Amino acid sequence: MSPEAAASAGMEQARVNEEARNVVEAEGLKAWYITQAYGVERTVKAVDDLTLSIREGEIYGIAGESGCGKSTLLKALLGEIVSPLTIVGGKVEYEFDAGKIDALKQTAEDREAIRWRRVSYIPQGSMHVLNPVRRIRDTFHDFIAAHQETTREKSIEMARSYLQELGLREGVLGNYPHQLSGGMRQRVTIALATILTPRLIFADEPTTALDVVVQRGVIELLKEVQQRENSTLVLVTHDMGVHANLTNRVAVLYAGNLVEEADTSTIFRRPRHPYTRYLIESLPRMGDRSERVGIPGRPPALDNPPDGCRFHPRCPLATDICRQEVPPLLPVEGIGNGTGPPHRVACFHQVDAPLEAGEIEHATEMPHAD
Amino acid sequence: MQTDREHSLLSVESLQRVFVTREGFTTTRLEAVAGASFAIRNDQPEIYTLAGESGSGKTTLARLVLGLEHATSGNMYYKGRDVLHLTNKERRDWFLKEVQPIFQDPFATFSPLKRIDSYLYETTRNYKMATTREGIDAHVDEALHAVGLSLAEIRGRYPNELSGGQAQRVSVARALLTRPSLLVADEPVSMLDASLRMSIVNLFRSLRDDYKVSVLYITHDLTTAYYAADRIAIMLRGWVVESGPVEKVLGEPLHPYTQNLKNAIPEADPEKTWEGDASLAVMDTEEYTRTGCRYAGRCPAVMDICKTTVPRDIEVQGRSVKCFLYDEEVPEAERMQAMANGGLVA
Ligand SMILES: Nc1ncnc2c1ncn2[C@@H]1O[C@H](COP(=O)(O)OP(=O)(O)OP(=O)(O)O)[C@@H](O)[C@H]1O
Ligand SMILES: Nc1ncnc2c1ncn2[C@@H]1O[C@H](COP(=O)(O)OP(=O)(O)OP(=O)(O)O)[C@@H](O)[C@H]1O
Ligand code: SF4
Ligand code: SF4
Ligand SMILES: [Mg+2]
Ligand SMILES: [Mg+2]
Repeated sequence: MSPEAAASAGMEQARVNEEARNVVEAEGLKAWYITQAYGVERTVKAVDDLTLSIREGEIYGIAGESGCGKSTLLKALLGEIVSPLTIVGGKVEYEFDAGKIDALKQTAEDREAIRWRRVSYIPQGSMHVLNPVRRIRDTFHDFIAAHQETTREKSIEMARSYLQELGLREGVLGNYPHQLSGGMRQRVTIALATILTPRLIFADEPTTALDVVVQRGVIELLKEVQQRENSTLVLVTHDMGVHANLTNRVAVLYAGNLVEEADTSTIFRRPRHPYTRYLIESLPRMGDRSERVGIPGRPPALDNPPDGCRFHPRCPLATDICRQEVPPLLPVEGIGNGTGPPHRVACFHQVDAPLEAGEIEHATEMPHAD
Repeated sequence: MQTDREHSLLSVESLQRVFVTREGFTTTRLEAVAGASFAIRNDQPEIYTLAGESGSGKTTLARLVLGLEHATSGNMYYKGRDVLHLTNKERRDWFLKEVQPIFQDPFATFSPLKRIDSYLYETTRNYKMATTREGIDAHVDEALHAVGLSLAEIRGRYPNELSGGQAQRVSVARALLTRPSLLVADEPVSMLDASLRMSIVNLFRSLRDDYKVSVLYITHDLTTAYYAADRIAIMLRGWVVESGPVEKVLGEPLHPYTQNLKNAIPEADPEKTWEGDASLAVMDTEEYTRTGCRYAGRCPAVMDICKTTVPRDIEVQGRSVKCFLYDEEVPEAERMQAMANGGLVA
């Protein structure tokens, strides 16, 4: 890539307006799974006391290992609270032109009223939602007609021009889902979920388990969709490569807590939380076959998380205070110019150094990852 | 081929599998594996990767190797023996012990209602690997040790009490019970997050180095393939289009399709963004039934000959490539021009 092209690609990711308003604000959010079995109550604190805000027009990534609470956080932000998931505390608000909406107090009808036109949701494995016995154009028409006044002609024309704009072959409108490759189906589904120009798009693992070529196509499509209307995209994935390529900011979750949040380049270049540093360090890289160990251990069960910092049993830097007190999530002082959102970290012994390859050496002495 | 066969653990020779599907009056003939050849060496254990897009025939080829699918034509030899024509007894007493499968989703392999150790006991008994109570325990414990677990740790536990990585380790341990020489692992990590992925591919490395077990590792995760594999075959719509040492094939890919795959890897580095365009297939079946090169519809370097003629396998720069760009029967000037048009590296 030429230097100019590289620079403009970098620009593209950092183009969020400094003074953009917040579209989503969550404060002290606690979303727990509360179940009863044989009279014994079991509480899984999947999202525990989480505060964050997402700005208009940004691509906000949510990262972390399997079981850290990413999908639960997304459900809470969407206001999709189905038992045994329970909101134990905190609030979630959206702000659109029409004013503030309390996401957790919406009725099913309220949610339906804003779904797809303001708030859209792309669940995992969504390429299977297309109706197998209807041609793609009919699915588009059914969908559009369910949400606004239209005619068959109008909605098909709308679908055609939208697909064209997104660089997808409009010929697919005449096909049945089974005639398309898996990757094309996934992209058609994303087009369907975003054709009514939602302001806020939530996507849960939209690329996981797809092959690399299809994954790249899906990521590029999500970028197109987001840029087209400067909408906000909240993206959950455990794949750090996807975060690096797509997001402006990343929130790292660990065991139901937000442990670090910063702009994407800081998360990859100068993360301060030991967990984030592991997450990035342990990734294998093309061109390097030297041995890499995964993060030692696994995230804790969330019905009985460790005291103090929930990462302490796996953390090479842990000391007594980490075992006793919960580290607060605080902005890093002396960084940034005060206009953008701060870099926030929850750790008593933050590491203030750029990441170098092979840096976390203690890992080799720790037990095998599992 | 004759000599290769003698020196290979597994030798797959021009294997073909055709699926015929009927829908109303139309019959579709899909050659899901189309004359694929590759061999896993016998002199030392290796991790051999099959990689390629979704729908490129990887699972079908793995099922052919495991004998779960019948070959339409071609040959396959294991330790020099013809394995496409085994008697049921030979299959059961010999081949199924030598070659063991590992599946994609560890939790789909185990029933949630059944204790996980009972699977290990069953397999040990079914294959008569040990007979006494103590003998069976010792045998199971040994297999669990190979994957970094122990019988004491998992005895009496149910699948939901294990993490994804532990469950996948137990399914590898189960495959090891018959003391196989080859594991066939179809997408064993695609359901797992990065740190679990590393623990499984590190396990494959240790099985190769410490236990002398070879692994046929099927994946579309090229980063772990590069990290763990010794050799790799890249599949495109039933063909093996490029194969050889992983440093060559993924390090300096020659086939335009391999280059496309490599370029699509999202690197965990926000400053490294993608170059050029990804070329995606619109319909799988369209590429399967194409005359000439199956990549011609997407290839940035396509030449006239590609649209009419099937390319041969060419040995070049330490690997085999199925592409006219490296075939000296096509005039050099034409090939250079095509590469330049496609913006490919020679
Ligand atoms: N319906 C449920 N009942 C009880 N516990 C649940 C339920 N759904 C999820 N959990 C638990 O909540 C925790 C967080 O789960 P969640 O699905 O949010 O994780 P995740 O980060 O999305 O993981 P993954 O990457 O595997 O999708 C896990 O410990 C999980 O076992
Ligand atoms: N039993 C079958 N009948 C008809 N077609 C089949 C059958 N099994 C597989 N196919 C077709 O053969 C082609 C190759 O499929 P296969 O599952 O081997 O690919 P794959 O490389 O494993 O893909 P993935 O990465 O999605 O698992 C596909 O087009 C598939 O639809
Ligand atoms: S607070 Fe302590 S245990 Fe937690 S991440 Fe920081 S150093 Fe490690
Ligand atoms: S150059 Fe021709 S033979 Fe080679 S991949 Fe492209 S279309 Fe196929
Ligand atoms: Mg999830
Ligand atoms: Mg498959």
